Amino acid sequence: MLGFGVERLRADMNRLLALLFHQGVLDEQFLQLQQLQDETSPNFVSEVVNIYFHESEKLLRNLRGLLLDREFSDYKKMGIHINQFMGSSSSIGAKRIRNICVAFRAASEQNNRAGCLRALELLEHEYCYLKNKFHELFQMEQQRLLAAGARYPVQN
Amino acid sequence: MGLKMQNHHSAAARLNEQQNTKRGYTFIQANRAWLPKILVVWIILMAFFSKLLYNWMDAGNKERRQEVLRSMCDERARMLQDQFSVSVNHVHALAILVSTFHYYKSPSAIDQETFAEYTARTAFERPLLSGVGYAQRVVNSEREEFEKQHGYVIKTMEKREPSPVRDEYAPVIFSQETVSYLESLDLMSGEEDRENILRARATGKAVLTGPFRLLGSHHLGVVLTFPVYKSKLPSSPTLEERVKATAGYVGGAFDVESLVNNLLGQLAGNQAIVVNVFDVTNSSDPLIMYGHHDQDSDMSFTHESMLDFGDPFRKHQMICRYHQKAPTSWTTLNTAFLFFVIGILLGYISYGAAMHIVKVEDDFHKMQELKVQAEAADVAKSEFLATVSHEIRTPMNGIHGMLALLLDTELSSTQMDYAQTAQDCGKALITLINDVLDRAKIEAGKLELEVVQFDIRSILDDVLSLFSEKSRHKGIELAVFVSDKVPQFVMGDPGRFRQIITNLVGNSVKFTEKGHIFVQVHTKVLTDLKALTCMNGRLESTDLSNGCPFKTLSGCEAADDRNSWDTFKHLLSEEELSSKILDNKVNSAECSPDKNVTVMVCVEDTGIGIPIRAQDRVFTPFMQADSSTSRNYGGTGIGLSISKCLVEMMGGQINFVSRPQVGSTFSFSAVFGRCKKNPFSDVKKPLCDDLPTGFRGLKAIVVDGKPVRAAVTRYHLKRLGIIVEVASNIKMAVALSGKNGSTSHADFSQPDLVLVEKDLWISVENGGWNIQQLEWKRNGQTFKLPKMVLLATNISTAEFDECKAAGFADTVVMKPLRASMVAACLQQVLGMGKKRRQGKEMQNGNAFLHSLLYGKKILVVDDNKVNRRVAAGALKKFGANVECAESGKAALALLQLPHNFDACFMDIQMPEMDGFEATRSIRLMESEANKRMNEENSSVIGGNPHNKGQWHVPILAMTADVIHATYDECLKSGMDGYVSKPFEEKNLYQAVAKFFK
Repeated sequence: MLGFGVERLRADMNRLLALLFHQGVLDEQFLQLQQLQDETSPNFVSEVVNIYFHESEKLLRNLRGLLLDREFSDYKKMGIHINQFMGSSSSIGAKRIRNICVAFRAASEQNNRAGCLRALELLEHEYCYLKNKFHELFQMEQQRLLAAGARYPVQN
Repeated sequence: MGLKMQNHHSAAARLNEQQNTKRGYTFIQANRAWLPKILVVWIILMAFFSKLLYNWMDAGNKERRQEVLRSMCDERARMLQDQFSVSVNHVHALAILVSTFHYYKSPSAIDQETFAEYTARTAFERPLLSGVGYAQRVVNSEREEFEKQHGYVIKTMEKREPSPVRDEYAPVIFSQETVSYLESLDLMSGEEDRENILRARATGKAVLTGPFRLLGSHHLGVVLTFPVYKSKLPSSPTLEERVKATAGYVGGAFDVESLVNNLLGQLAGNQAIVVNVFDVTNSSDPLIMYGHHDQDSDMSFTHESMLDFGDPFRKHQMICRYHQKAPTSWTTLNTAFLFFVIGILLGYISYGAAMHIVKVEDDFHKMQELKVQAEAADVAKSEFLATVSHEIRTPMNGIHGMLALLLDTELSSTQMDYAQTAQDCGKALITLINDVLDRAKIEAGKLELEVVQFDIRSILDDVLSLFSEKSRHKGIELAVFVSDKVPQFVMGDPGRFRQIITNLVGNSVKFTEKGHIFVQVHTKVLTDLKALTCMNGRLESTDLSNGCPFKTLSGCEAADDRNSWDTFKHLLSEEELSSKILDNKVNSAECSPDKNVTVMVCVEDTGIGIPIRAQDRVFTPFMQADSSTSRNYGGTGIGLSISKCLVEMMGGQINFVSRPQVGSTFSFSAVFGRCKKNPFSDVKKPLCDDLPTGFRGLKAIVVDGKPVRAAVTRYHLKRLGIIVEVASNIKMAVALSGKNGSTSHADFSQPDLVLVEKDLWISVENGGWNIQQLEWKRNGQTFKLPKMVLLATNISTAEFDECKAAGFADTVVMKPLRASMVAACLQQVLGMGKKRRQGKEMQNGNAFLHSLLYGKKILVVDDNKVNRRVAAGALKKFGANVECAESGKAALALLQLPHNFDACFMDIQMPEMDGFEATRSIRLMESEANKRMNEENSSVIGGNPHNKGQWHVPILAMTADVIHATYDECLKSGMDGYVSKPFEEKNLYQAVAKFFK
């Protein structure tokens, strides 16, 4: 039964990934990332993604703080944050977030506060979505690993 | 879209511009409106000129005519004059006769009878005189005596009546018979005669009257009178003496009309001219002597000739003119007309030429416009192609990614192979899309070959896998053989190479229904090989083992028998020889002096062949052998022409031998660069990096009756590192495994694998085989049974079951053979399949990266934690030893000299100290250190030469935007290159390869 679960989980994972690809949430860069994972670093993807979440949350917090500030004027600092966010997003292949970052940066370059706020909201939304999906994915991965670990020896 | 619009605009603008500037009007073009006017003027001018010409020629004609007239007239005048003077002389003679015989003789010797007879008999002498007579001078006092003597009365001429009394009379006493009516007439009574007589006796010479109508005839005539003197005159007699001495007068009438008629009758051309003779003694009133004044004749030309009839008192002239008007001179007219026509033609030709030039120039301008439009269209087409191929590529990437994910799942070997094939095909499709773009590039002559390191063998495997399904379906044997002499890695354009082979093999698969397709790759030795073949002839052809007439891959006849086993064997043996030599040379041979290696590729098939008549246009684009070909087999026919272009660009040539219904063999050569340093030079038997290495050292026996096929199988197994021995039949195989230590491979008694060709096994029959197997079992008692593998092109389920029953329980390897596929099957067979082929999806570049980066210590500088982790992960993946720094300052601290980093990947956008600044600081630091070191070196002569190496750590920028300006800035601040931010292996490889060679 467990063996069957492995296959199903794997299929589910692939389906989920396919969905994310299809929606444009992720791009090939994520595949590249997955390829970097091998026996020597079995948790590479999840590790990177966790770092990403950690960093991103910090960045989002900073951005929100900056934007909600009354006498807000430090667009330059905000630009640095956005750049950071964009860099890390493209590294893990979070395509949609990256695209929003581009728009965000454009708005901040024009000192368009309303645009920035809109972009930030979108960003947070996308971020939540991605986080949920990744969470789901890693959960499945975990289950799969567990199932694989409990796998019956297959006669050859 | 905006960009495209802009492009169109610019194209249109360019078009306008060209229209304006390129209208370099020539003279003719500028004056085009004048052309018809010029033509008209020319025609008028020509008409004028021809008129002038006509006039000139006509004047010449007239002059000639005048000349003719003059000469004719003069001739006539002269003749008339001559004849006249002859007559006059004669009359003169007559006068003397009369004076001699009538007066000097006494009595007179002449009487009328004598005179008449004499004159009649001498009349021929005076053809012009109608008659002559003699008149005696009679004074009035002597009249009666005279009348008495002669017996008649002197009569007047007019009325013939007795003459009235006068001073003197001149009655005619002698007369010629023709004028006998004159007798007794007094000449003095006639006005003209009287005048004549008086003048004659006064002058003593011949005297003529003016013209008048002669008596007896109605002709005009003149009368000639001579005086006759009684006595001899003194030498210069006075008038009175003469009168006194005058005895009489001899006279003759000239019938001028008949005279002239007569005369003219003798002369040629008398019809043409009209002759008039005038007496012009009184110049104001010319008297006509001959001819009619009012005769209708051409009055334009006249000629007057003076006549001298011997009478100084009288003047005569002859006037001649043409009878008819001058005939129209057709020559002149024609000449002038022709001149005119020629002139018109000339003018028209020039006009036509000018119009043509105008037209051509107009066309030229039009063409230029069209050309610009076409170029614009071409640009649009290229853009369209680029867009479309991009749009296709994007979903293809999705497919590709999904297949990659699928490959990661737990799959059976077959599924794995299928998925792998699908992925490869996807890749091939992407390549094809690129090829579509390149096709346009070739047409534009803009194609450039890249020079990268690639593996010919794996490319051939890829191509093979592309067609394996098709060939299997058709039951064709598809095989690849690459000579050991061909280096594993060469420098060239793998994509193009693959494109050519794909095209050729694709064609072969398309046109072959049975038999085989065999791709061979050798280094260029075939030239001396031919000689070898000729030398050895067909000695081997006697030992046909399986009755196949042809020793090719499948036993079918091939078009080019150079590829048959005879040749092939030589190749193989030569290879072994050379490889042994190579081994002896302890691998130093790798740095062979030749920089380039020429690779010969042969694609042999046993298809329908190319009809003889179509063979010379095979390489023409869009030409297929037959119009029915495209109907039956599809295709556009552009492939071969592209292949030809590509081959020529690779410095080789492509040609083929084809026999209809037998097959075709395409072969081409290509020049590749040798890799300067083979990254696997330390591996003795180079293995394909993506092939599992777990089979090395295994021993296998290939049982195959067809040596070529066996060689192919051996080639693939060898690539896996398996030691192979070939047996042509089962018995030999058993013998081979049984003989202990007698073979060169001492331990061959225990083969791990036995690969049997299906054909052979089928032919051997079941029972026989089992016996053999038993025997074998007994021979190899203590050893475990070697794994039995069946090789087959296609196999039915029934046969498969049979196989299983016969002992091939392990597996059937389906052809075409590919090293990776064979490996997969063998993994299954040998039970080592569970060890996942790690990084199978990694491409060649990764392997190189791995080899390049392995063990290298690399510093990654990035403030972004995620990026840092990913970069580090990627580099670690390739075996690098990675250290991280999260700011420029930290990097600077780590790179304090001396350090042991081999390279540094530097992010550009960092807070505090960005990548450029950090790099500049590092370079500054290094240059200072280098300077110091140089100083030390120069001070210590003979210092350690190894220390001369300068400090220069390669710094590669990591940047998300790869615009050129950034790249320039990278170089300016002392970086060595850049990689685009989300790490792509290709980029990474290209950047890294520069430093770690």
